[in-house]
Amino acid sequence: MIEVKNVHFTYPSGVEALQGVSLKIRNGEFVAIMGQNGAGKTTLVKHFNGLLKPSKGNVLVDGMDTRDVSVATLARKVGFVFQNPDHQLFSETVEEEIAFALRNFGFKENVIKRRVTWALNLLGLTQYRKTSPFMLSGGERKRVALASVLAWNPKILILDEPTIGQDYGQKEKLRQFILQMKAQKKTVVIVTHDVEFVAECNPRVVLMSNGKIVADGEARKILTSPEILEKAAIIPPEISRVFLELSEFGFPTNVIDVYEAGEIILDFWEAKNREHV
Amino acid sequence: MSMFEGLKFRKVSSPIHDLDPRVKFFYVIAMFAVAVMYMELLPLIVLFLIQVPLVTMAKVTKQWIKSMRGAAFFASIIFFTNFIFSYLYQGQQALPSILEYSMAMTLRFIVLVESFSIFFLTTSPDHLGLALEKSHVPYEFCFAFTTAVRFVPVLAEEAQTIMDAQKARGLELEKGNILKRVRNYIPILIPLIVNAIRRSLELAEAMESRAWGATKNRTNLYELKLRRGDYILALLTVVMLVLAVYARWHIPIPRIMEIFPWKASR
Ligand SMILES: Nc1ncnc2c1ncn2[C@@H]1O[C@H](COP(=O)(O)OP(=O)(O)OP(=O)(O)O)[C@@H](O)[C@H]1O
Ligand SMILES: [Mg+2]
Repeated sequence: MIEVKNVHFTYPSGVEALQGVSLKIRNGEFVAIMGQNGAGKTTLVKHFNGLLKPSKGNVLVDGMDTRDVSVATLARKVGFVFQNPDHQLFSETVEEEIAFALRNFGFKENVIKRRVTWALNLLGLTQYRKTSPFMLSGGERKRVALASVLAWNPKILILDEPTIGQDYGQKEKLRQFILQMKAQKKTVVIVTHDVEFVAECNPRVVLMSNGKIVADGEARKILTSPEILEKAAIIPPEISRVFLELSEFGFPTNVIDVYEAGEIILDFWEAKNREHV
Repeated sequence: MSMFEGLKFRKVSSPIHDLDPRVKFFYVIAMFAVAVMYMELLPLIVLFLIQVPLVTMAKVTKQWIKSMRGAAFFASIIFFTNFIFSYLYQGQQALPSILEYSMAMTLRFIVLVESFSIFFLTTSPDHLGLALEKSHVPYEFCFAFTTAVRFVPVLAEEAQTIMDAQKARGLELEKGNILKRVRNYIPILIPLIVNAIRRSLELAEAMESRAWGATKNRTNLYELKLRRGDYILALLTVVMLVLAVYARWHIPIPRIMEIFPWKASR
């Protein structure tokens, strides 16, 4: 469980990036943090594994104050995948890259081997096992970075912009994977601008703007409230926009799922047909 | 870090920022020369104080204080080494004058940092590049120079992010013996270097696609021109230099403890 209690954070340059944020994320929850550029999303999630310590207020991870433990200790529990994979790749082979964190945490060699194979397989990287990570494409590098964190199976997973540069197939795999994590009672926090991806996953959405949380609730509610979204420079998913336009014909306005939308339209159509017969 | 923070250019509009970098550089060199000429505390205090109005005029007081704070560490090292060594050399009876001498040496360093800090805080890399060009340095070198200066803060920020990313993967920098500690930096240096190379290649491509070097005769949007303020600063600097040289040879400089006798009586 992550508890953020009235946290303020000011960068050395004087920018107050967080201005009194309070948030509670329970075990097994799937949370998407959204908001415009510079809203403070990355700053907030960097508090979850202790990379940043609050200037004021507290952050508790499973009851531990992040001020009292080292990042390395917290990292075992809280996996963090950075926005840009080029900030972490350094090994000669993809395999070594994934094993790096496992070595840091002191896993045994045979366990490391098993985990590396598992992670490679999970992200479809097996054929690149012996390739240099620098030779891979942008999307593939991103997946190596993800694999290198998933390998130690952290209890809480934080992904900063996981869908950037990923094709639809990879996004779908990511979604499946997140659902799997959820089923295992793991906590997943993603930071993203990808409204369509969030609409498909239907997580809890935390909306940020100018260092504050402006809305918090289920995706279905938040992503279909244009007034709320406007504050965070986001527009509703395409399907919701269609339904918002159609509201005067009696369509519900809180639809974010394409399949559900299809059902509603079919029902509506059948009802209309019956009227005419 | 804080010391570099105090040398980083900030875009503010002030009479000092508008000065020609060549004149400012002349001023820094003159300051340097005068500071090195004197070993007495009194003239160095004067040198320190006459620069303070420049700092306030340039509206960089906050950053300047940062650079002074950064210099404090080195300053205290200079003070103690001077003090200890001259104490060992001269013995106890000369304590006040040793104290004054060590303070003077420290202040000399502080005066140097002060003038360099004023220079770098108020001179943009672009202006510096222009000044180099005016001094007939080939344009390619000027460009490389300004680009390098530009990228220093970018690199510093990137190094921080990389460190964060590796710490998040369980890297502990302060763990192990010396050899291990050096090796701990490999996961930070490699991405930093790779990204720097990648960025420079991208920069080269971007520049070429914008026709860099297409015309032989480059013209500048901003031309450096000496203005009234520049002449005033140049004149003041020359006057200061002349006065300093004259005073050095013709005026005996009193020690602080001679002016304030209660200290000497101890
Ligand atoms: N290292 C830093 N030093 C100083 N200021 C910073 C630093 N990192 C971020 N900021 C500032 O803090 C604020 C919040 O930045 P943050 O990176 O948390 O935004 P974000 O919501 O993640 O944005 P994006 O969607 O662009 O990733 C911004 O105003 C930014 O300029
Ligand atoms: Mg961000």
